[in-house]
Amino acid sequence: MIRTLPNTRTYKIGFTGFVIFYFIFLFIPLVIVCILAFNDSLFPSLPWYGFTLDWFFGKGPDKIGVFHHPMNLKAIYTSLKVALGVCIFSTIVGTCAAFLFDQEEFRFKKFFYILMITPMVVPGVILGISILSFANSLGIFLEKNMGIDLRILSPGLLLVVLGQSTFITTFVALVVIARLKKFDRGLEEAAYNLGANRLEVIWFITLRYLRPAIIGGAVVAFLLSFENFNTTLFLIGSKPTLPIALFAQIRDGGSPVVNAVSFLLIVGMSIFALANLYFSHKTEKQ
Amino acid sequence: MMNSKRTKIRWGFVLFFMPVFLWLFLLFVLPHLELLRLSFLGTDYYAKSGVTLENYAAFFKEPAYWLTFVRTAGYSIIITLIILMIALPVAFYITKVVGLKTKGLLMLLVIVPFWVSILIRVYGWMIILRESGIINNILVGMGLLKVPIEMLYNDVSLIIGLVHTNLLFMLVPIIGVMDSLDNSLIEAASNLGAKKLAIWWKIIIPHCMTGIMSGSIIVFMLVTGSYITPALMGGKNSLWFTQQIYNQFIIAFNWNQGAAFGFLLLLISSIIVWLSLKITGQKLGEVVK
Repeated sequence: MIRTLPNTRTYKIGFTGFVIFYFIFLFIPLVIVCILAFNDSLFPSLPWYGFTLDWFFGKGPDKIGVFHHPMNLKAIYTSLKVALGVCIFSTIVGTCAAFLFDQEEFRFKKFFYILMITPMVVPGVILGISILSFANSLGIFLEKNMGIDLRILSPGLLLVVLGQSTFITTFVALVVIARLKKFDRGLEEAAYNLGANRLEVIWFITLRYLRPAIIGGAVVAFLLSFENFNTTLFLIGSKPTLPIALFAQIRDGGSPVVNAVSFLLIVGMSIFALANLYFSHKTEKQ
Repeated sequence: MMNSKRTKIRWGFVLFFMPVFLWLFLLFVLPHLELLRLSFLGTDYYAKSGVTLENYAAFFKEPAYWLTFVRTAGYSIIITLIILMIALPVAFYITKVVGLKTKGLLMLLVIVPFWVSILIRVYGWMIILRESGIINNILVGMGLLKVPIEMLYNDVSLIIGLVHTNLLFMLVPIIGVMDSLDNSLIEAASNLGAKKLAIWWKIIIPHCMTGIMSGSIIVFMLVTGSYITPALMGGKNSLWFTQQIYNQFIIAFNWNQGAAFGFLLLLISSIIVWLSLKITGQKLGEVVK
């Protein structure tokens, strides 16, 4: 079974074959999507009509590439804005949560900790509808009783940012807590003894130590937001984010432009993931 | 000296507590309470008819609703089991069979596809399976098929999609616990004449139980709550329960009914998670860790 034990040849070949099959299963849809982004055809399918970059740079009339495709470009821009908002919100609040649960003692701490974990477990669809209902009811209440008409409470980018942040903050908090657990509190004691106050200690000692985890958490938040669909679906107004725009195109059968967008996303995400892995290895060694 | 330090620490507590409290209270607790309130209101949004159970009653009266529900729960269990059957041998191969260097590479290969959006992976499967897709193209080109057949939009394609999109969340926790399994236990059992199946059943699986449980719970929750994969790869006549919620909220604009559906979805996932913990005698605290 394991390396140190003798195995029959058929067992070894069978097992390796299974694992190879697994990896093919894992990668085949991604590879196919990427290859067909370069096919000189009007449909995302075989047969192969030759290599082209038109689905990236084409100006039309029959082939409009990603970089000249207003709908997809707008959606990418919207997604970037949302992801940036989520990134800022969840990194700040998530870091606060990490400090709260690692360094402070208070009543019902365990209860609050479980409450903080749950947004990660609740289905995204339910997060979406709950925030939609709450914002809507709040808007109606404010208008009826105080005569204030708050447009930002109707579906739109603010609700999308808040909705995504609800569960992404938990992810950031967990990433930061993991590093905070390894922190030597003796360093803080030393700073206190040298006359620093709490704020100075947090700013000059603890946050410096946490920087890699906070950056890592921010990257994770950005990526999670950029590809979020389930929560966003219910909160989006007239400006779709990229996943919502792609979903509509894919439901209608897709086109090589979708493949081109996907190719860019796959390349971008892989670089992000590899960089993230590289830096987390580096900080672990420190 | 001591005193001033203590007051400062309470001040720091407020600084950390307020944002976290506002986040959880305004964005999580209150919205869910509001959703719960809506689910008990009559179908007319502005109606002051008071508390009613008609939204929940409609679920049991209308077979289309509860059949979707049963289907979603049943398929989610089946898919979780399939994923478990695939993840166990793959995790074993990565942790115990290959050397350290290959292990690092394989881990990387396992994780990277999951950074890619579910939408793109599902799109890939659609391009492969559909009537004008890759497989049909190849089979017709080779003369094995006369006319292309539709392989998408059925329950098998739905299972393929959901297995593919959720595998990692089973694999990672299992690899985590399998790493800590001492090889000498397997060697000892093998030397004493245990068959492979017995080793799996008596040594490996009991050791990995915490990983298996947490993986299963995460996968089950993700599968029941998924929207993209069933909407794009499932059959046209057989909805996923999340699609029912979407239909009520966005298409029928019956939010109160949709809210009731949302809570039923939360309820079933919690019950099944609780049951599986009971059956295997695990505690939630250990699993979530």
